[in-house]
Amino acid sequence: MIQHLLDGLLVGSILSLGATGLTMVMHMLRFANFSHAELLSIGAYSALVFDQLFKAVMPFTAVQIGPVSMTWALVLAMILSMAVTGASAVLFDRLIFRRVREKGEELSMVFASFGLALVIRNVIGLVFGLQTQLFSQDIVFATVLSRDPLILVKPDQLATLAIALVVMLILHLVLSRTTFGYSLRAVAENPELAQINGINLQRMIVIVWIIGGGLAALAGVFYGLTNQITPVMGRDLVLPIFAATIVGGIGSIYGALLGGFIVGIAANMALVVLPSGYSPSVPFLIILAVLLIRPNGLFGEERA
Amino acid sequence: MIGVISYLVFFATVASILAIAVLGLNLQWGNTGLFNGGVVAFFGAGAYGTLLLGGTPQGDHIGGFGLFYPLALLGGMAAAGLLAWVVGILTLRLRHDYLAISTFGVAVAFENLMRNAEGLSGGAKGLRGFERPMREGLGDGFLYNIVFLVVVLLLLWATYRFLETLVGSPFGRLLRAIREDETAARSLGKSPSRCRLTAFVTGSIIMGLAGGLYGTFYAFVSPQDVLPTLTFQIWAMLIVGGAGNNKGAVFGAFLIWAAWTVSGWALSRFAPIEAQLYTGSIQYVMIGLVIVGMLLWRPQGLFPERLVVSQSSRKKA
Amino acid sequence: MPDPALDVRTITAGFVPDLPILHDVSLRAKRGTVTVIIGPNGAGKSTLIKAIAGIVPVTEGAITFDGEDITHIRPDQMATRGIAYVPQTDNIFRSLTVRQNLDLALRRAGPEAADRLAELLEQFPALADKQPDKAGALSGGQRQFLAVAMALSTKPRMILMDEPSAGLAPRAAQEALELARGLTETGVTILLVEQNVNQALRLADHCYILAEGRNQVDGKAVELLGDSVVADIYLGGKRLRAGA
Repeated sequence: MIQHLLDGLLVGSILSLGATGLTMVMHMLRFANFSHAELLSIGAYSALVFDQLFKAVMPFTAVQIGPVSMTWALVLAMILSMAVTGASAVLFDRLIFRRVREKGEELSMVFASFGLALVIRNVIGLVFGLQTQLFSQDIVFATVLSRDPLILVKPDQLATLAIALVVMLILHLVLSRTTFGYSLRAVAENPELAQINGINLQRMIVIVWIIGGGLAALAGVFYGLTNQITPVMGRDLVLPIFAATIVGGIGSIYGALLGGFIVGIAANMALVVLPSGYSPSVPFLIILAVLLIRPNGLFGEERA
Repeated sequence: MIGVISYLVFFATVASILAIAVLGLNLQWGNTGLFNGGVVAFFGAGAYGTLLLGGTPQGDHIGGFGLFYPLALLGGMAAAGLLAWVVGILTLRLRHDYLAISTFGVAVAFENLMRNAEGLSGGAKGLRGFERPMREGLGDGFLYNIVFLVVVLLLLWATYRFLETLVGSPFGRLLRAIREDETAARSLGKSPSRCRLTAFVTGSIIMGLAGGLYGTFYAFVSPQDVLPTLTFQIWAMLIVGGAGNNKGAVFGAFLIWAAWTVSGWALSRFAPIEAQLYTGSIQYVMIGLVIVGMLLWRPQGLFPERLVVSQSSRKKA
Repeated sequence: MPDPALDVRTITAGFVPDLPILHDVSLRAKRGTVTVIIGPNGAGKSTLIKAIAGIVPVTEGAITFDGEDITHIRPDQMATRGIAYVPQTDNIFRSLTVRQNLDLALRRAGPEAADRLAELLEQFPALADKQPDKAGALSGGQRQFLAVAMALSTKPRMILMDEPSAGLAPRAAQEALELARGLTETGVTILLVEQNVNQALRLADHCYILAEGRNQVDGKAVELLGDSVVADIYLGGKRLRAGA
């Protein structure tokens, strides 16, 4: 039980990071972006490439940090991959979404995002192969926190959770203390009024894609670190991430952060009663429950 | 020669069945603007429903009620309609993303349930024990397939006529009005969410019909038949054919199914052995590019809806 | 009219390119005065003010402000031209606090921001106590004050206001209009759309009447107040509709 809670917390932090960017994009551009989870894959795979590059070029970076399997090379790779993923998100917007948007075919954007997701996922499969990959082949043993009940935690999991929480704290401080954060929230609430107040909407869209992509990359690396990297990780994560945005209320950044943890924990707790084969269905059950009880989510506002 | 004809009959049967599903999607997306991210769930509900109701009793799972075939097929359609009603009633009042996400979710959950609930669906090994109707009289050979193709074509034609009539009726005009300008439609005293629900359920029942026929054709259905791939294929068919246009939808179904079949064959025939594993990925990239490319360069499809004016006025005033 | 601050010359404008809402509309507003636009529902009053603010695309004609062409300037660049716009509804960010709304509006003010904030809070004492509150929790009148305070934060030379008294109780409506009048004392030009015809005409210097997206009549506000023809055709018609 406590083990499930811990695992849920960890998965939850990954979903939170993914859902934050998604909810911002969904709110601002008004479409369900089914290609968002592929940004996690792009993040994980580009970190993999940079990681191997750094280890080859600068062997001194291939040193593990304390008890975790993460190396300095991977930390650098992670930061670079956030930039690459953010840039990819902007590129996809330029190439596809903005052009569909400007044609006035807003409803078609969800279609375009599905098509884009298919392309990204399978191009990754073609380039990197369909097999699963790991950042490190070293086996890191789990630490026994308690024997009765048996609770195991890997140092990587704790490190991941800690970094995710720090990133969320930074995000919170930016949103609640800086005028830049206010303008992000302003654009999310009312784009036209934001524009009247001197905010350049086109530039904000670019910034939101960069933030969303960067957070997604982080989530992707963490997922790769605590699970494994596969070309289909986006396919497996898209529904839980959507569930997190719906739990929190579409457009609410804080809702997405909390929603990620709720979905992560609920999905792991559900395994106490459900056979594990059913775990892919759990996010859908959560969505159904939210729609029945509180359709606009925890923090969402009603809007057409 | 007989081999080629027999293959063409097989091809035409599957393409026609898919065309029925594309027509169902066209009612939802083309005419009403509803995004269905889980076509395969409604298709699958029709297939599983039909086979469970019409099959012979099996030891390891429920079903096998041995119902008279047309009743079993209607039952499959009803299962698809019921599923659509549940999803629709929860989401159609909310902004459109909710429908997109929920329908996508229902497809994931449906496949997952069919794979795991062995007592219901036979699990991963699929649903067996279904006898194709009129098999005693027609046998299992070429004759049966010809007759089956004729039945499918008749149903395709009937669906087409039904939708053409529906779209031309006051209800069809109302659907388009809601798609173009919901506020205006509401001010006319119409309830947009109820109209959308009707269109969504009707479209899903049509997908259920397609699924039922598909299950009947193979006398078998398994979780492999309800993978998201089918949803993507059906979308590509509609987008290529031209959303809103029923003739285009049918044409798109044949065109994309032919492209899919030919590319699959060509890849397995000519691609090097070590690349065989990746033929699926290549096909998916192609279908993704078709969807994105059509939206960017020819959003009206190869056969645009006749009322083109409506497209430009979609921007909110 | 000598020295018009704002000069709108025969503009055609609308959201949909081939379906303009405004046809050949012209308007001039003198520096440091209140100009009001009235007319029946659907006349295009709000569209006109949004066209000036850069929100509704202008397809023909030109708009100049203080001699500068502003016809195709984006709304987010209007502040740098000395123009502020206060929309009718949803004119504050409800999910931000009052203070955050003001900080957002003042974010380009640099080192002066603190002084300007103090000035604005002095000008609108009702907002000073409400700083930590969510703006969505303000009363209608307080919201209007906050919206005007945000508009003033960029030190505009002209403020466009869309029905500042809409949805307010009579007292608060009167206050909102008097606030607009008071702003002109510092040389600010005010252009406002009003439904509240009698109050607006009493307050304004000049008045334009719009119907069916076209100019109809314009003149000194006080003169129009007594003009029975205007009252019959437009204001009377409007009153009838409002009463029905």
